[in-house]
Amino acid sequence: MRRVMLFMPLVVALVVGILLASGIGKDPSELESALIGKPVPEFNLENLREPGEMLDQSLFQGEVSLLNVWAEWCPACWDEHEDLMWLANEKGVRIIGLNYKDQKENAFRFLGRLGDPYQTIIFDPRGTLGFDLGVYGAPETFVIDAQGVVRYRHVGVVNERVWEEILLPVVNQAKGNS
Amino acid sequence: MRFMPVILVALLVLALPAHADSPEFYDFDTQAEEQRFRNLIAELRCPKCQNQNIADSNAPISKDMRDQVYLMMQAGATNEEIVGSLVDRFGEFVKYKPPVDRRTIVLWAFPAIAVLGGLLIVAGVVLRSRGRDSNEPALSPEEKARVEQMLADKDQSSRS
Repeated sequence: MRRVMLFMPLVVALVVGILLASGIGKDPSELESALIGKPVPEFNLENLREPGEMLDQSLFQGEVSLLNVWAEWCPACWDEHEDLMWLANEKGVRIIGLNYKDQKENAFRFLGRLGDPYQTIIFDPRGTLGFDLGVYGAPETFVIDAQGVVRYRHVGVVNERVWEEILLPVVNQAKGNS
Repeated sequence: MRFMPVILVALLVLALPAHADSPEFYDFDTQAEEQRFRNLIAELRCPKCQNQNIADSNAPISKDMRDQVYLMMQAGATNEEIVGSLVDRFGEFVKYKPPVDRRTIVLWAFPAIAVLGGLLIVAGVVLRSRGRDSNEPALSPEEKARVEQMLADKDQSSRS
């Protein structure tokens, strides 16, 4: 009995060590979206490219889409844009843009310089849809299935690796189920 | 050199932290409402700057959340409704007090487990040492005689 007790500190240290080691490398700023499994929140916002035309959540019906939250003022959005162009042009992914707390002329300048991968762009100057989606910093990318239900939320830039390893499996699963 | 004080004062002013560029004013009818608002924003956590509450944080998202709290309060929502609406958007993360459920039970139970464990260890140590006192008999007569002999020897040697 006393012999066993001698090993207790070792056991405790091992358990705590394993517990703490499992946390290393995790990004604490990546939060799981509270919206996963729920439909895209209702919205009524202008189409950035067609002034006066209003868009709502029916935009996401019928096809699996990525919803990419971006803004001209967001440095990481500049970084990921090339990869979004690649996704739209090479992979044929339907990407809906959510222009978040931006100004129209800045948004157009951004697209003019880097290209436009978006099928449609929702103009959200006050960030209301962004707030309802729980967006706390651009860029964020949501996978939305053909029923308009949020399947996944990725915080941070999308690149080839994120697409292959994280988003593509979710997209395939969403396509399989719909 | 004559301008030294002026320069120093100017430097001091420049060194002051720049204050919020858009000061916010929230109007409340009563002191109690204002206090309620302060309490609410103090217990909600900013999702962007993760170790700040939304009262302290300057992040734009925190301002949006404060606005939401204010608007909902003006619309007559209860504290639960307000916190619930933010949790629906940003997840349980925004609450500094997580609810007791399957995922958080370890977190909540840990202090009690630690205290109980500590008490058990202390109780074990105490019981064992007591058991030793009563179980192990005092010195046998021979041992007693030897001890007395030793003490007597020591006495003599110190006296001489």
